[in-house]
Amino acid sequence: MRLKFRLNGRPVEVEVPPGRRLLDLLREDLGLIGTKEGCGEGECGACTVLVDGKPRLSCLTLALQVEGKDVLTVEGLAQGGKLHPLQEALVETAGVQCGFCTPGFLMAAYALLLENPNPTREEVRAWLSGNLCRCTGYEQIVDAVLLAARRLREEKGAES
Amino acid sequence: MAKVLVREAARTQVVGQGVPRLDAEAKVKGQARYADDLSFPGMLYGKAIRSERPHARIRRLDLSRVLAHPKVACVVTAKDIPGRNCVPIIYEDMPLLAEEIVRYVGEPIALLAAETREDAEEAARLASIEYEDLPAVFDPLEALRPGAPQVAVPTAAERGNLFNHMVIRKGDVARGFAEADVIVEGEYRVGYQEHAYLETQGVIAVPEENGIAVYGTLQCPFYVQRAVAAVLGLPLSRVRVVQTATGGGFGGKEDVPSQVAAMAAVLAWRSGRPVKVVYDREEDILTTSKRHPAIVRYKTGAKRDGTLTAVEVEFYYNAGAYQTLSSAVLWRGLVHAAGPYRIPHVKVDGYSVATNTVPCGAFRGFGSPQVIFAHEAQMDELARRLGMDPLELRQKNALREGDETATAQVLTESVGLLSCIERAKELSRWEERKQKVAEFNARERFRKRGLGVSTVMYGVGMGAKAPLLDKAGAYVKLEADGSITVAVGNTEMGQGAMTVLAQIAAEALEVPLSVIQMAPVDTSRVPDSGPTVASRTTTVQGLAVLDAARKLKAKINRAVQEILGCPAFVVEGRSFCDPKDPRRRVTLEEVARWMWVHNWDMGATGWAEAAPVDWDPKTGLGNAYFVYAFACHIAEVEVDILTGEAHVRGFWAVHDSGRIVNPKTAWGQVAGGIAQGIGYALLEELQAKEGRILYPTFTAYHIPTTLDMPEELVIDFVEAPYSGGPYGAKGLGEVPLMASHAAVANAISAATGGRLREYPALPERVLALLEGEK
Repeated sequence: MRLKFRLNGRPVEVEVPPGRRLLDLLREDLGLIGTKEGCGEGECGACTVLVDGKPRLSCLTLALQVEGKDVLTVEGLAQGGKLHPLQEALVETAGVQCGFCTPGFLMAAYALLLENPNPTREEVRAWLSGNLCRCTGYEQIVDAVLLAARRLREEKGAES
Repeated sequence: MAKVLVREAARTQVVGQGVPRLDAEAKVKGQARYADDLSFPGMLYGKAIRSERPHARIRRLDLSRVLAHPKVACVVTAKDIPGRNCVPIIYEDMPLLAEEIVRYVGEPIALLAAETREDAEEAARLASIEYEDLPAVFDPLEALRPGAPQVAVPTAAERGNLFNHMVIRKGDVARGFAEADVIVEGEYRVGYQEHAYLETQGVIAVPEENGIAVYGTLQCPFYVQRAVAAVLGLPLSRVRVVQTATGGGFGGKEDVPSQVAAMAAVLAWRSGRPVKVVYDREEDILTTSKRHPAIVRYKTGAKRDGTLTAVEVEFYYNAGAYQTLSSAVLWRGLVHAAGPYRIPHVKVDGYSVATNTVPCGAFRGFGSPQVIFAHEAQMDELARRLGMDPLELRQKNALREGDETATAQVLTESVGLLSCIERAKELSRWEERKQKVAEFNARERFRKRGLGVSTVMYGVGMGAKAPLLDKAGAYVKLEADGSITVAVGNTEMGQGAMTVLAQIAAEALEVPLSVIQMAPVDTSRVPDSGPTVASRTTTVQGLAVLDAARKLKAKINRAVQEILGCPAFVVEGRSFCDPKDPRRRVTLEEVARWMWVHNWDMGATGWAEAAPVDWDPKTGLGNAYFVYAFACHIAEVEVDILTGEAHVRGFWAVHDSGRIVNPKTAWGQVAGGIAQGIGYALLEELQAKEGRILYPTFTAYHIPTTLDMPEELVIDFVEAPYSGGPYGAKGLGEVPLMASHAAVANAISAATGGRLREYPALPERVLALLEGEK
């Protein structure tokens, strides 16, 4: 079936069979390997992408469900060769170890900051509780989200 | 008394700095290439056809329908393996494909390769296997009884199903117990712990002109090379193993990738096409190694003042159907069984036993967490009976410089345990916190809090069980433009090894870190550095990097002297200057160019061997490891006495791993180890029945999330430098997990007033403790 949607800001038109997962469309058909499969059953969050600004598990989403929608993956975060503040902060706080869960955390955190630009530590922890990481113990990831949130607010403050 | 060890301002520029990880940027951009991210033209998807029975004779194997599947390109059984039907690890008892007998559910029997993943899965279901069930045994104690079904391959066992029995005999425990005023005894049990690395097992085998290349997620490329060479009957030189970005290991990618790679390699060799084998989560949990379930019995004696007099230990590890790494796991458990304490009389008997279950293997701590749970519970029991503070009891008995370990090894340097305890006590505000917890418990009806402590030691490196593997090589090359490539044979699995090794190289070469590039690990291009295990990489691989870097530095220095025409010079960033005439300067780029133009050898190789160790298997005595790392952890938990739910509120962890090369990544290692320990003690239960893992999913197997972490988490390091390590560094990776679960377990016992003797402390177990089960 024909599928039209926007991917990281650009229009995409592809042919997909009805049962194809969004995850496979992204990774195998479109070559965006940044989105990861950790469990394939919606438990680990490694495959999280944004669909119209909301975090979605691409292993449980059918490709055809994104018809006409805006999909954002980890590849769409950096703009003009510049890391997004969330990416920058994760590098700084050493919130990346093996890195396999990192794209999913980034997308979940991005969605949080769209909804709540000034989250408390508890809010960040609660929001990210759907993403599993086996390496870090999460603390440096939470630190990174809070750091990025502060920088984004400052950036915004400077603009207005 | 221990020396004052804390934070002596060391004169290093890069070592000791929390620089960003070298791989972080690629990882946050989603550009790092893990196993499943690679594809090759003509690539097939491989899949194993596995045993559905725990112990059976294969009566008939009918693969005709598999072969008839239109998308199947290749089917392989044992007789099609070109080399030996064996996955060589320590022993050679495990076949790649079962021929007559299957010994565990999930054991591979045949392999297929098909055009797509879905085709491969579909085709695997078409196999028809007729079994004749054999009596099976799942419990290690039952497996040791006379008349138990024979599981172990006889050549790999001491007798019957006893893979290995190892001992320590130090002093005379009868005398030690006679001298004791208080004796505590207990039996402790733990089940599986699953690695749950976020990236499952995966490899791609690619036939090449003169051999085969294997790309994969793995810790030990030289193990994989050996296994693939064995099954293909090729010399090692024709097998090239390339490590992809690796999404977590924790020991789970120590031996298992050898098996996965051997499967893919045989399929690729037979089909002549690249073959990818990537497990889904279910296959990964069902068929790969885990932490050994254990039954552990302790008896510990102490004098009224708390001085330990004797410990007697007997422990049984359920090894599963094949040896894999169990003998080494058992040995580490044995050597660590007495804990980081001075005990004159020690008797330890460790047994690893074959059963009809999935083979267990390496998992962070490698056989030590099971006995640590027990020895730390015993310490708390003793403290309670003696009316002593549990930290004080540990302080009293903690190993100091000049003391003897349980294996009669005299510790000559780098013993930071007392400093760890003192610092943890200070950071946690121990006395004040004890008071507050007591007040809380007096005030609250439905919630109770408890504090738990643990102290551990960790023998860094392979130790005397496998000294041949404790070596490492490095190659450092100055490129013609002044950039520097460092090639090593140890791997990055998330622990930050490559960043730390680059820091060591930059420090020794006196260049900015940005100049250094770590080469991809490809066995045809990097020196065999032994396995990336045993928290040995910073120490042993680091020494090899240091050796190579110093040799290259000497060459660069000679070149600078020739160029500047002065015997001495100063380094300023990337420039070298004549101290008498600062205008006379040359950049690293210019030096490199000059060396290239003058046909200098611009590379240097480095080599390191661990310091000598020795151990007598008859007595269990000897210098088991070249150095030890230490830690003290303190946990505060709160339990809900109505629901039995437990939560870790606060955690204070202090480590002595010698010099810390990168404080930020070291902090992350400790935090991650604490999380895994919280999971082990409180959450992680993999249920199995008659050799079948019942729920192989993350839905049923709960690893900690953000919400399981303590609200207050404090981590610190005391640095007791090790003269044999690069810039004084010892190992760190495994230690945080080893210490953390035991502190949590002791905190649960303190909060409930019971004694936790079995992991995990799920709500029903906590309720039982509260109801007075002792």
